[in-house]
Amino acid sequence: MPLWMHIMPELTLVQAINQALDQEMERDERVVILGEDVGHNGGVFRVTEGLHAKHGGDRVVDTPLDESGIMGTAIGLAIAGMRPVPEIQFEGFLGPAYDQLVNHGGRMRTRTRGAVTVPLTVRVPVGGGIHAPECHSDSPEAIYTHSPGIKVVMPSTPYDAKGLLLASIRDPDPVLFFEPKRVYRSFKEEVPEDDYTVEIGTAKVVSEGDDITVVTWGAPVFQCLNAMDELPEDVSVELIDLRTCWPIDVDTIAESVEKTGRCVIVHEAPLTAGLGAEISSLIQERCFLHLQAPVQRVAGFDTIMPYYKLEMDYLPEAPRIQKGIEECLAY
Amino acid sequence: MAQASAAQDRSARKRKPDSLSAKLPDETILEWLRQMQLIREFESRTMQAYQQAKIGGFCHIYSGQEACAVGTIGATEHEDPIVLAYRDHGHALARGMDPKACMAEMFGKLEGCAKGKGGSMHMFDRPNHLYGGHGIVGAQTPLGTGLAFAKRYQWEVMEKGGKHVCLCYLGDGAVDQGAFSEAMNLASLYSIPVIYIIENNGYSMGTAISRHSANSDKLVMRGQSFGIKSVEIDGFDILDLYDAFKPLVDECRDLQRPAFVDLKTYRYQGHSMSDPQKYRTKDEVDEWKGKDSIAALVDYCMNDRGCLDEDGWKAMQKEIKDQVMEAVEFAENATDPVPAEELATDVYANPQPNLSPTEDYHHGVRNPLL
Repeated sequence: MPLWMHIMPELTLVQAINQALDQEMERDERVVILGEDVGHNGGVFRVTEGLHAKHGGDRVVDTPLDESGIMGTAIGLAIAGMRPVPEIQFEGFLGPAYDQLVNHGGRMRTRTRGAVTVPLTVRVPVGGGIHAPECHSDSPEAIYTHSPGIKVVMPSTPYDAKGLLLASIRDPDPVLFFEPKRVYRSFKEEVPEDDYTVEIGTAKVVSEGDDITVVTWGAPVFQCLNAMDELPEDVSVELIDLRTCWPIDVDTIAESVEKTGRCVIVHEAPLTAGLGAEISSLIQERCFLHLQAPVQRVAGFDTIMPYYKLEMDYLPEAPRIQKGIEECLAY
Repeated sequence: MAQASAAQDRSARKRKPDSLSAKLPDETILEWLRQMQLIREFESRTMQAYQQAKIGGFCHIYSGQEACAVGTIGATEHEDPIVLAYRDHGHALARGMDPKACMAEMFGKLEGCAKGKGGSMHMFDRPNHLYGGHGIVGAQTPLGTGLAFAKRYQWEVMEKGGKHVCLCYLGDGAVDQGAFSEAMNLASLYSIPVIYIIENNGYSMGTAISRHSANSDKLVMRGQSFGIKSVEIDGFDILDLYDAFKPLVDECRDLQRPAFVDLKTYRYQGHSMSDPQKYRTKDEVDEWKGKDSIAALVDYCMNDRGCLDEDGWKAMQKEIKDQVMEAVEFAENATDPVPAEELATDVYANPQPNLSPTEDYHHGVRNPLL
């Protein structure tokens, strides 16, 4: 391990995102942040803490509670050559902003045949596991993956969060940047202070293995790791953190499944028409003759995200993931 | 201290003997006081339970704004529907929800008003015509238009029931949402009896109204621009509130027209339980607490009406304290939902055998408290 690794500061996901925003604002004066209470109060999850004091109210803008207005204004900024990074407080609040994002943000490049583009990064806390009710615990990544023209990113670690956020802000197209709330402050890892990017659309092999592939993204990465700890020692699992929901890194998935012949996909969103369905379809298109078992999905249920007493029964926690892996292996 | 300065305010202007509120019987005024104190006590126990992690999710405390819910609901009929945002415990109690059901809901228990599935932000009570707390800011305003549309249609076309008005509450933060403009336009265009009550506590979460809303000292102009009768009312004095609001309700009911109320109030606690409140000073909060609506009403009852004495007030407080403690104990001992049964209930009316989880979707048991 090189020496510099030992002096890297350890950051939470929140701190890594804060650092990325801070550094990019210093580097590029076109970057502006806008959102509800992102300025004086530092954001509902304190992700933008300190940025208002440092960069001023012209660049860290407190907005009214008007998601449609925030998103539309940010798109207007973007088509005029700025690099807006709006925050939508919770994924459920994307509802009012949906029209602007999907019908304008995602379509402007095509609509103008490339004359007008939308370099926009929308930061949105996502997912359950923090005892919040519905509209504050959902996982709508498949909805936006299904909306052409928008890239959908969901890092699970502080290192990836910083690198992917910098890549997103510099990306010429709109990026929906989902931040799993459950991971916000759950652990720290070393994050270089230097400028670096993680390429959008690249999955990460978290652990290599030969018997079965597990594909997931966001907070369930850690539930999968917990499940793997419970498996017999001779079971060798290859865990893939997708990191980007769209574009999907199908090569990394296919290469792994061709090796293992088995795959379990894990996500928090409801099972039906979730991203797992798409990945499962891609696997059967690419790896049909390598498959030794049907692709399994372990996901949320086709219900509304329940309030906190039932939250852990809804979410794909380690025991359910373990069962899915074992069933796939036993097929 | 708070009571003393409220008394000064009060003695500066003795109640007008001809006002509507002055003509109400003592029982009504004392019932308002009881409801307001119930909300205050309920909320302090709610905060306690939240800090003890017995309540999950997010929790928005109503303390300070009690006169708004009690005074406006007190001016309407029980069958007039109500829809509102997520700071909703006070309205639920003022409309008659059993405090046990309200507390159990926040504890995530089966005996809660939504079987512990909605939590603090989603207080629903059909028998009391309460159509919910809603978590998306401003998104309840078109629902208010729709509820009132239905009431007018049922009265006029179906000849079922009488004339009703819908009370649609929103905060000052919600006036910035596009949905609210759409809701007002439809209400005025179709002449729909919905009263949009802006509980204007001066803050959109952590952003002061002058920083979040254009022309914010004249919010009534927004209603007026749609041709809706729009008034400003002091929401901190329940008697003034009633005197101004009751005739408005009567007019809306009679003419079947919408209205817009900028109801000036203040919340004593943060936006939610996790609000660091960097945006205001303690002095500002204390200044409002000095004008406290409950203290003012107690003073009115004791000194203007003479319908309450110190012993009576102490007895009322004690009774309410016991009632709220009982609700907390009830919630603590209430039933935890059984995941295998409750995850799949109340999603669809008819069984959907091919969906996950693989159990049939079905109606849950009715809540005996509602």
